[in-house]
Parts: sequence; structure tokens; C-alpha cells
Amino acid sequence: MLNRLTLTEVSAQLAQRKVSAREVMQACLDQIHRVDPKIHAFLSVNPEDALAQAEAADKARQPDATATHRPLLGVPIAIKDVLAVKNQPLSCGSKILGRYVSPYDATVIEKLKAAGAVVFGRLNMDEFAMGSSTENSAFIATRNPWDASRIPGGSSGGSAAAVVADECIASLGSDTGGSVRQPAALCGCVGLKPTYGRVSRYGLVAFASSLDQIGPLGKTVKDAALVLEAISGYDVRDATSIQQDVPAYAQTLNGDIKGLKLGLPKEYFVGGIDPEVNQAVRVAIQQLEKLGAELVEISLPHTDYAIATYYIIATAEASANLARFDGIRYGQRVAGADPIALYCQTRGAGFGPEVKRRILLGTYVLSSGYHDAYYLRAQKVRTLIRQDFLKAFEQVDLMVTPTMPTPAFKIGEKVDDPLQMYLSDIFTISCNLAGICGLSLPCGFSQNPKLPIGLQLLGKPLGEGILLNAAQAYEQSTAWHREKPVLG
Amino acid sequence: MEYEAVIGLETHVQLKTKSKMWCGCANEFGAPPNTNVCPVCLGLPGVLPVPNEEALRLTALAGLLLQGDIPRFAKFDRKNYFYPDMPKNYQITQYDQPSTINGQVEFELDGRLTRVRLTRAHLEEDVGKNFHFDRSSGVDFNRAGVPLLEIVSEPDLTSADMAYAYLNALKDILIYGGISDCDMEKGMVRCDVNVSVRPKGQKELGQKIEIKNMNSFSGARKALEYEIPRQIEVLQKGGKLVQETRRWNDVAGITESMRTKEMAHDYRYFPEPDLLPMVPTDAWLAEVRQRVVELPLARKQRFMRQYQLPVADAETFVNDVPLGSYYESIVAQTKSPKSVANWVINNLRAKLTETQTTLADLKFPATAIPELVGLVESGQISSKTAQEVFAETFATGESPAQVVQKKGLLQVSDTGAIEKFCDEAIAANPKSVEDFRAGKGAALNFLKGQVMKLSKGKANPARAGEILEQKLKG
Repeated sequence: MLNRLTLTEVSAQLAQRKVSAREVMQACLDQIHRVDPKIHAFLSVNPEDALAQAEAADKARQPDATATHRPLLGVPIAIKDVLAVKNQPLSCGSKILGRYVSPYDATVIEKLKAAGAVVFGRLNMDEFAMGSSTENSAFIATRNPWDASRIPGGSSGGSAAAVVADECIASLGSDTGGSVRQPAALCGCVGLKPTYGRVSRYGLVAFASSLDQIGPLGKTVKDAALVLEAISGYDVRDATSIQQDVPAYAQTLNGDIKGLKLGLPKEYFVGGIDPEVNQAVRVAIQQLEKLGAELVEISLPHTDYAIATYYIIATAEASANLARFDGIRYGQRVAGADPIALYCQTRGAGFGPEVKRRILLGTYVLSSGYHDAYYLRAQKVRTLIRQDFLKAFEQVDLMVTPTMPTPAFKIGEKVDDPLQMYLSDIFTISCNLAGICGLSLPCGFSQNPKLPIGLQLLGKPLGEGILLNAAQAYEQSTAWHREKPVLG
Repeated sequence: MEYEAVIGLETHVQLKTKSKMWCGCANEFGAPPNTNVCPVCLGLPGVLPVPNEEALRLTALAGLLLQGDIPRFAKFDRKNYFYPDMPKNYQITQYDQPSTINGQVEFELDGRLTRVRLTRAHLEEDVGKNFHFDRSSGVDFNRAGVPLLEIVSEPDLTSADMAYAYLNALKDILIYGGISDCDMEKGMVRCDVNVSVRPKGQKELGQKIEIKNMNSFSGARKALEYEIPRQIEVLQKGGKLVQETRRWNDVAGITESMRTKEMAHDYRYFPEPDLLPMVPTDAWLAEVRQRVVELPLARKQRFMRQYQLPVADAETFVNDVPLGSYYESIVAQTKSPKSVANWVINNLRAKLTETQTTLADLKFPATAIPELVGLVESGQISSKTAQEVFAETFATGESPAQVVQKKGLLQVSDTGAIEKFCDEAIAANPKSVEDFRAGKGAALNFLKGQVMKLSKGKANPARAGEILEQKLKG
């Protein structure tokens, strides 16, 4: 069962030539064949292409190379359907792109390919990454591997479910308001949102450009660190990427967090949190303290405004970002008597209700007469939220919070209540508004039914190293990451 | 009642860069449709814009040339509207914090120095071009993403002729500064006009009407020549004008209503999140400032003042910049700048054209033309001989003095030698001597011709005339 291994384990076995990349890839494909008809993590897979890449990786392996030399060589990594992969379909979980195939590779894909990874599959997601449950996919709802009647979280629901169901070794997702961390928490894996600008967005179909980041999902913290290391770095094709060298994240993990100052934002520990989630997070915090961290209560005074601010800025940007899907140059077209009619028909038929809702919201908040009251004010509040974090980070090295107020809810439970759905992102959204980094990792389970609970760590801008180190220290002192769902 | 027009112009020029504004595709006119395109300028899913550094520099340079200010903070914004020629259905432009603000364009109108103030010049991206066929339409995206500078004037213009002169002056400045080739036929310059009329003396402005779709400066002039009387006529007949956008129909020679204020777009501008704001540093600005050149009008005025040249000569040197620069590089070596200008404009330019060569191919040293002028002015060679000398200098690269010496062309000004020739001529032509004494002045010219013949053309003709006259009268 090679597909059940962590990236670190696969990498070591490949380096020792105990197994071939082809065998690992085949194991993943077998698992997809076995479980995906139930999980629906993948929208499509091209087995021939995946196996060909794996064989190429086997050939490329130098005789005496170690796992640390090219840790991703031959490792199957599955991709969220929002990232452009050359000659592969790109639909963003939407009907509007039709049978569109990307003619180019996203920078992260180029980097993964250069690292020798086997880049495969199109992972299901909420349409254009808008959602918290993957129910907004225009194609199918992905299931939570722990309970098929429940959502996997979103919008990178496919990315989290595929990792947890051992259909791939690791995956890429995108996180605009929690879309990597929240499904990682609900499915029970590690998900990381890097600092804004740490990873190039070139080739990531934009939802909200100033908030979007691509992030890895993996079975362990070290796995996430290895993928992060490969995809990070300045990119001349992304003017917002940061010109700073990429540390060797995985190699510097040492499990030592003695003296680390860990902030507990008091605004995050108020009512509304599920008791089991609350309990698991409290115990996890005690564990971190036992490991040598020093707990500090901090305040992020503008927390209450985060969701409103987010839904103004994100929808405003989305209203422009999604304007290009008009049926003129690519994707699905529904004919119309004139261009305006063609746009209306195409977009009316191609976008789902949540995407339409957000385009309307975004168009409204930018409209003449409302622009200052909504968009401009939201930008100001965003600055205050960022300042809250930067100020708090003068006192602490990291912050710790729940990732999600509840475990995974039932499919259909919140689809008709967008506001309730938006509240799923309450703990993850500020991180994107502030542009800092954040990570979710398993910290326990609810009892009946048994569902994963996530712990969120938030780090300073470009503080991924400290973030990963603390996460790994915690992970290695617990056994949560070894728990696997029983898949029919 | 007398009316006056108030006009403001928005001029778009394509910047002279090798590549497009956000990607590496060639900024080139005339390529087959959709060949200079890539995922970025086609707006494919997932792409991002990266600013063209040279376009940023040219924008700042244009600001400096137009005597404007370069703010220490500028940003790009998205202007949202749907149109098939727009790949992203938003245009990246600069809304409230452009790369240059203020400025002015100076030009001569009816012999008077005129000034039009500028509001701003901002950078944006061009769009594609729609083509309509029998039963379908197509879009060529070669032009999409070409850097475009929009220069917005204050409402300082008052007539169609003034607008025309302004546009030409602006074009000259931009070509001069290397900002744009301003080739109208290639669509590198386009302009929109804002015009209103009001009773003379009234302070409040009339209803502003925008006219689009002029693809030449004369088109803009014609549109204004049509639109201003149209507006006045409406008011004179007691009608009302509404704020609207009109389209210039070049074939019919009229403006037609496109949309009224109620139908105006709400562009929903907001800062472009894919691009960082521009914060020019001192070093960057200093680098741009080094590329500032003298403007055409200033150059013309300076040539007239500094070298005492007539308007025509100064204009020649303004229109032919390399020739003017060559002139400036040699003029310090002479006391007769006008004569040197004559040689450069009349003889040198003709030779270059004749031989299809350029100033870079010149074989002779920079000292040659001043030296030649010196030889003529000191009477050492005649103007006629000088032509021959110049031809030889141009062909061989030998200095005029060398040519004169080699060919023995030195003019004889020595009185003794000329007297000898005069005596011979008088002795040989008694009839002419008689005619002269009988009052026929033309006879002197004949005798002078004989002196030149005897001296094989080397006698100084002026000196020969003087001596002959003395001898005949004496």
C-alpha cells in the first residue's frame, strides 16, 4: 500500500530504490479507482500521462542520489482544478470553461515538474474557489473520507480528501480565505497558506488577487514543508511575489520550541465554538506549553470586521477577475444576437449561483455612489486588521486558534444559507487579509461521529520556518496524523 | 449673441517599446492577425501582468518633456467594461494617481506663442481590434496590451485650428523625445475631443460633449469644425444641449449621438491588485532625466538666437535633427555661422541625398566645411571653385586646403599678377576698351572675362574688375 505512505517515507523508499515511482503512482491510481467513486475528490485523471511521468522520474534518478537531493522526484502530487497545467483540462469547478485545456504551466507546476514530481489529476473544488464545502462545484460534491454524508470543507475539498483518502501523496490547493486550511482541518491533514507573495500566483486562476495564495496539503508537517520549499520563491511573472530566498524548510525542522511565545487571540476563544473542538484545541495548547512554548494572551481588536471586510474586497476583485469568462475567446459559449446578449447568455448558463452572488456583490460594492462606503472603507479596515496582527507579532512568535468552529457538517446542511456558510471561514479569513502565513494540522477527533478537528497556527510574514517547526513539534508529540479513515 | 468654444483633448499614443506592456510579445504593427500574442495578452485564465520597465521610463520621460511633474507614488487601476476586443474585460489604466501630472505644450499659432496646459499623462494598455465579416466577426489581439500613453489637456483650446496645431506640436515633442513614432496610419495616435460652447463672456461652461472615433488630426479638426457650429446653432434656436458622447462619421462628415449621460458606463475603478504601486527613486528619475532632449520649438528659437539663422534654416535643423546636430558640432569653428549653414543645408544635404549616404558615412573631417567657408571668405578661392573643392572633399575626404593645393586652385589676389593679365586683355581688345570709354558698361565684363581666361580662372574676379576699371579710367 505505497499510496498510504507519507511523502517523506515515499521519498526515502524511492531514493533507496526499494520501490519505483511507477509503482507508487500505480498504487495511487488503484486507490483512486477503488475509493474515488465514493469520495469524488478528482474531476479527472490521466493515468497514461501520470505513469509516463513516473517512468521518466525513475529514469532520471541518479544512482547514488539520496532523498534529500531531490525529495520530490517521482512523488505523485495532485492538483486543484484552479491551477494551470499544460495540456490538461482547467475548469475551476465551473461549467463556463467548457473543455478548456491550459496551453501553459503555472509557475508552481513548472517548479514541481523541475523537482521531478509527478503532477497529476484535477482535484474538485468549489466553483472558482468560492465556497467552504466543495458543494459549489458545478460537477459533483466531494465527500469527507471520514463520513461520506459530510462535506470535506472547501474550497480545496478535493485536495484535502485526496490526501486523506491516500489517493495521492500530497496535493496543491489555493487559499483565499481559508480554502486550504479549512478542508485540511475537516479532513484531517496538514494544510498551509503561505505568506502573500511567498509563492507565485502565475497560473492560479484568480478569485481575489490580493488574497489568493497557493498552498500545499500533506499527510505530515514535513511533507507540507517539502512541497512548500519546492513551490516557493520570487517569480518574474508575478509582480506581487517577494524577492527573498527560500529557506530549506524541511531540513531545519528540529522539534525544538522551547521559549517560543505563542499568542492566544482572545477574540478567537469566545462563544460559538463546538465543545469538542474547543476541548481538543485547549488540550493541544496545553501540549504546546508542555513542549516549552510560553502562552501569551493577545488581542486582535478588529476581528469582528474580518468577514464583512473580506466579502467586500474578495467579491470586488472577483467581479473583475471573472469578467474574462465571456464566451468570446475560450470556454463555453451560448450564442446571442449581439455581444451583450452573448455575454448574458454565456455567463447566465455558465456560472453557478454562488459565483453569480459574489459577482453581483462585488459589482455592487464598486459601483459609483457605493464605492467609498463599501470598497474604500473595507480597504481601510483591512489595513487595521493587518496592523492588529503586526502589532501582536511584536509580542509573540506565533498564534494558535481553532481552524474551524465545528467539525465537518452534513452535505446540504448550509447550502441554502450563504451567511452561515461564510461563517465557516471566521478563524481563517483574517490571515489572508493580513497577508501572513497560517497552517492547520490535526489535533483530535470528535466522538460521535469520529471527525477530525484542526488546530490553526498563524505566523509572521515570511515566518513559515517557525510555523512549520512548531507544527512539527506538536505533530510528533501526538499520534493524530497517523489516524486513517476506514474507506468502505 | 456671440459664442465661444471650450475644448479639451485626450490623446492616446502608443509607446515606442520593443515589447508589450505586460508580456514579452512584440509591439509591432502589421503582423498577421493573432501572431504577436501569448497567454498574458490574451487574458487566459491564471495569467498575471508584469510591467514593462521601458514603458514606465518613457511615461516619466514624456512627463518631463511636457514640463509636468512625476509624483512619488503612482498606481494602476482596473477599468471595468465588457467589449469583445478586451481580453480581460477590464483595462489596466491609471485612475486617480497617474505617473505624471500637470505640464504644458507650447506651440506657435498664427505666429504667436501659444500654451495649452495639461492635466496629466497616464499609462494604460491598448485593446485588440474588431473585424467584421459577412456573417461573423473576429478580433485581432496583436495590439492588445501595447503600452498606451493618454495625454489629457486642460480645456484651454478655443478653436479647431488651435486643436490641430496643439496635436501637431504634441506629436513633434513625442517623436523628438523618442516616446512614440506617432504614425497615424498605423493607428499609433488617436484622440478624443471634449467640446462645449457658451456665450462669450459667460463664466460657466456649457454642456460637455465628447466626440470619439477620430483617427487623424485633420479628422479631429474636421469634427470640431462641424461640432462647434452645430452646438451654437442648437443654442441659437433656443434648443438645449445634453451631456453626451458622439461619434465622428468621417465619411458623412458629421458627428452622431452615441450615448447620453444616463447611458454612460460605470467603470467601477479599483486599484489593480496584481501590480505594486510605483514609487520612483531619485536614481531612477535621474536616469530618465538624462534622456530629456531639447524640444522642437526651443531648438528652433535657440538656433535663430544663437547662430543668427533665418527661420527657414532653423526649421530645417529642427526637422532634420542629425543635420542640425552636425551643424552644431562644426559651427564653433567659424565666424560665419550663416555661411556654414548654407553649405550644410544646400551642399552637404544634396550630396548625401545624391549618394544615398548618411552623416555617419562622411569621409571628411569636421573642420572641412568651416575651412572651405574660410577659403572663400578670405578670397583664396571663388565660390564657384569652392563647389568643385567641396565635391572633391566629399568624395575623397581630403581637406579643402589639400584639394586646393593639389589642384592648384588657389585664387590670385596679388595685384601685380592681376595687373599683368589686365594689361594683356586691354592690349588685345582695343574695341572693347573703346566701347567702355563710350559708356558701355558691359564691355568691362567682357574684359574681366578675358582676364579670368588668361589667369585660367584663378584671378580674384572682384579684384580684376577693380584693376581694369582703374586702368581704363586712369
